[in-house]
Amino acid sequence: MALLAVNKLTKAFGGLVALNNFVLEMKQGELVGLIGPNGAGKTTVFNLLTGLYQPTSGNIVFEGRDLRGRHPHQITKMGIARTFQNIRLFGNLSVLDNVKIAHQVVINYGLTPAFLRIPPFYRREAEIEEAALKLMEIFDLKKYAQEKAKNLPYGEQRRLEITRALATKPKLLLLDEPAAGMNPQETHDLLELIKWIRDEFDLTIILIEHDMSLVMSLCERVLVLDYGSLIAEGTPQEIQQNPRVIEAYLGDEEVAAWEE
Amino acid sequence: MTDLLQQLLNGLSQGSIYALIAVGYTMIYGIIQLINFAHGDVIMVGAYVALGCALMGLGFIPSLAVAMLTCAILGVIIERVAYRRVRPVSRLAALTSAIGVSLFLEYTMMYFLGADLRTYPAGFFPERTYSLLGVTINNKDLLVLGTTLVLVIILQYIIYRTRTGKAMRAVSFDGQAAQLMGVNVNSTVAITFFIGSAMAAAAGLLYGIYFNTVQPLMGLMPGLKAFIAAVLGGIGSVPGAMLGGILLGMTESLVAGFGGSMYRDAVAFIILILVLLIRPTGLLGKGAQEKV
Amino acid sequence: MKKYLSTLIICLALAMLFVAVQVGISSGLISGYWVTNLYLVGINIILAASLNLINGFTGEFSLGHAGFMAIGAYSSAVITANLGLPFPLAVIVGMLAAALTGVLVGLPTLRLRGDYLAIATLGFGEIVRVVLMNIDYVGGASGLRNIPFVVNWPLIFFSVVFSLLLIRNFICSSHGRACLSVRENDLAAQMMGVNITYYKVLAFVIGAALAGLAGVLYAHYYTILQPRDFSFMLTFDVLVMVMVGGLGSLTGSVVGAVIITVASAFLQAIPELRMVIYAALLILSAVFRPQGLLGEKEVTINILQKLGGVFNGTVGSKQTN
Repeated sequence: MALLAVNKLTKAFGGLVALNNFVLEMKQGELVGLIGPNGAGKTTVFNLLTGLYQPTSGNIVFEGRDLRGRHPHQITKMGIARTFQNIRLFGNLSVLDNVKIAHQVVINYGLTPAFLRIPPFYRREAEIEEAALKLMEIFDLKKYAQEKAKNLPYGEQRRLEITRALATKPKLLLLDEPAAGMNPQETHDLLELIKWIRDEFDLTIILIEHDMSLVMSLCERVLVLDYGSLIAEGTPQEIQQNPRVIEAYLGDEEVAAWEE
Repeated sequence: MTDLLQQLLNGLSQGSIYALIAVGYTMIYGIIQLINFAHGDVIMVGAYVALGCALMGLGFIPSLAVAMLTCAILGVIIERVAYRRVRPVSRLAALTSAIGVSLFLEYTMMYFLGADLRTYPAGFFPERTYSLLGVTINNKDLLVLGTTLVLVIILQYIIYRTRTGKAMRAVSFDGQAAQLMGVNVNSTVAITFFIGSAMAAAAGLLYGIYFNTVQPLMGLMPGLKAFIAAVLGGIGSVPGAMLGGILLGMTESLVAGFGGSMYRDAVAFIILILVLLIRPTGLLGKGAQEKV
Repeated sequence: MKKYLSTLIICLALAMLFVAVQVGISSGLISGYWVTNLYLVGINIILAASLNLINGFTGEFSLGHAGFMAIGAYSSAVITANLGLPFPLAVIVGMLAAALTGVLVGLPTLRLRGDYLAIATLGFGEIVRVVLMNIDYVGGASGLRNIPFVVNWPLIFFSVVFSLLLIRNFICSSHGRACLSVRENDLAAQMMGVNITYYKVLAFVIGAALAGLAGVLYAHYYTILQPRDFSFMLTFDVLVMVMVGGLGSLTGSVVGAVIITVASAFLQAIPELRMVIYAALLILSAVFRPQGLLGEKEVTINILQKLGGVFNGTVGSKQTN
């Protein structure tokens, strides 16, 4: 069964159609890339999948359940997590708190234990802290535990974004331009990281990126959007050859570079 | 029927005063996204300065000019001292500073000049009433409407026909981009405060004449209501502020005349809540979507 | 073990404070004037802490706190003065009524950002005042009188401790963290599974309920209520306390409340100048030290230990201790 099935998804803001009849089907474990010029509607897809926008028409089915009409926090609980194009960390909170907050999706307790400080409170708090620290250790962020998130260097902030998303124990991870602002070495590290987390955490990943090297070497399948419409879908090699894609996006000089 | 017309006329006059104040609010909010709580109190200062001039024997127009100039400078000082450094830090802090300025002006005036009501001297603006269609028109009404009209026309000219106005519009649209285009944002903000505060002073003088009262807390209610009028019309839009002001004035007048004058003050706040719930961008405003 | 030790020390200190003051009052050592101010400090601590919960911890700029206090004060007064029912019921009714109002204010204002929220809540406070002025059952503009005098030191003391404990336990829990995340970035909070609607309203409810409690105490100490006691000026005073103490620090709210209440007592003779000073204070603190005296730090046992050099403590100055 498909993990995610998106059918004829359309989003219009008044007269402006941001996304038109978008179709996507994903099986568990796939790593799909979503590319297109700026303003093509890529982030709109993410916003629709995570419940920030409601579709104008079409449907989204995740693990057999309809996502329409659900609030973002409910969708996160169902197993979809995302990172943001512009980093949205809880700047003034510690790195540890950032991860703990994300972890509440998995382990939490009610108001009564919090107010009365009965044993379940202490137990669950300990569990949350332990899980958060363990995750941070994996991503080499444990040393920053008490540091304010906004004080972290840029690369670590991006890593924290991903760590936080993973703390919600998602099945589907949406990465929105994770390589933005990175140099080639950092991008290479990111590539390895994404491959690794896909296997280690049993994830299915959709990746929005402008960095073509990342997309081409990482993604099994690539979808191309232009002005809100899906203009091509296929393997990275097929996409490179597709004349419509070249026309819309890659440009002649870029194609020449790829043919090296 | 004549009752209704009378109420509407009163509403129109009062609404014009609100409109004048609202325009200042909307200009400032449009450019730096700050609710200048102190605006209402600049009104009060303007009224007092004009009162001082009147007591020294100056006529209406000279008093108006002096008051407008004084408050314009006051506005620039306020922006420089209380807002400029705070704005980038946090909006909460800037708002708090604004509230502080407002109260500072009020209570400083109260401390030095006392809280008693004062009025403009008898000869300052001699009252004459006319009757038209059974409705009593005071020359005060004409004064308010006339002055407001003139000032707004001048304002429109400044905003749409001068380079300064263009700079103001650019900064209110996108401050950073405007700066990159060579616009001196700080001066533009200062000029906006200059003009907005001058308008407020005029409104203060008109208010003082119309209601025959000048006291330290006089700017509080009109200021707040004018802000609500600006929100009603669409914050950031000058025509919206005018429209909002007139509408609010008329609604208040109708409610006070036919309903209970006790609830007059509540009208403004109820309108505010309704606007914020139903159409937060106001009648003529355009909303900006935050990019995700 | 260290946790139990610090809790023990705090309890001991509180007990000593309670006994000392009680003895002072009963023996007449503390004069009536200072007793009044002491109770007022208590009431203001509750107000400042509850406002901080809404404004400082959850980041919602609410200027309607006076309205919540008024609802608590008046509803409890109706119970005791008009209906002659016992005080404990009045407390429950007062807090519940205020809490309900918190929902009524919190829900519609969810989508409002900063400035708009401030004005809307300000409007709410004013509406409450105007409405109360027009209801004869509660005395209208001339006010509600003959409220039974019930308040004493133990009541104030335990109300303050209860309120602070409630807020602290809330903040230092996953729910508190959720509110902080709403403050920091409510969009990201949603993405992390936080139900921001729930927490935004919850902050209002708890803050309002405690403001209502302060109102109940106020009503049953001064025994007379007038709508003009609950104007924006009151909210402003509480705001000054919170800003001076530190938006986001519970200890700061306590400190701010104490400082401002005491200062107000000294400046009582010159009310206008007092306001001028507060206003200037507000401007100065906003411009030069927006984070107030304590910023977001809390004074914990660990910090005190470090200062005293008694134990080898680690600095534990973060919220989630």
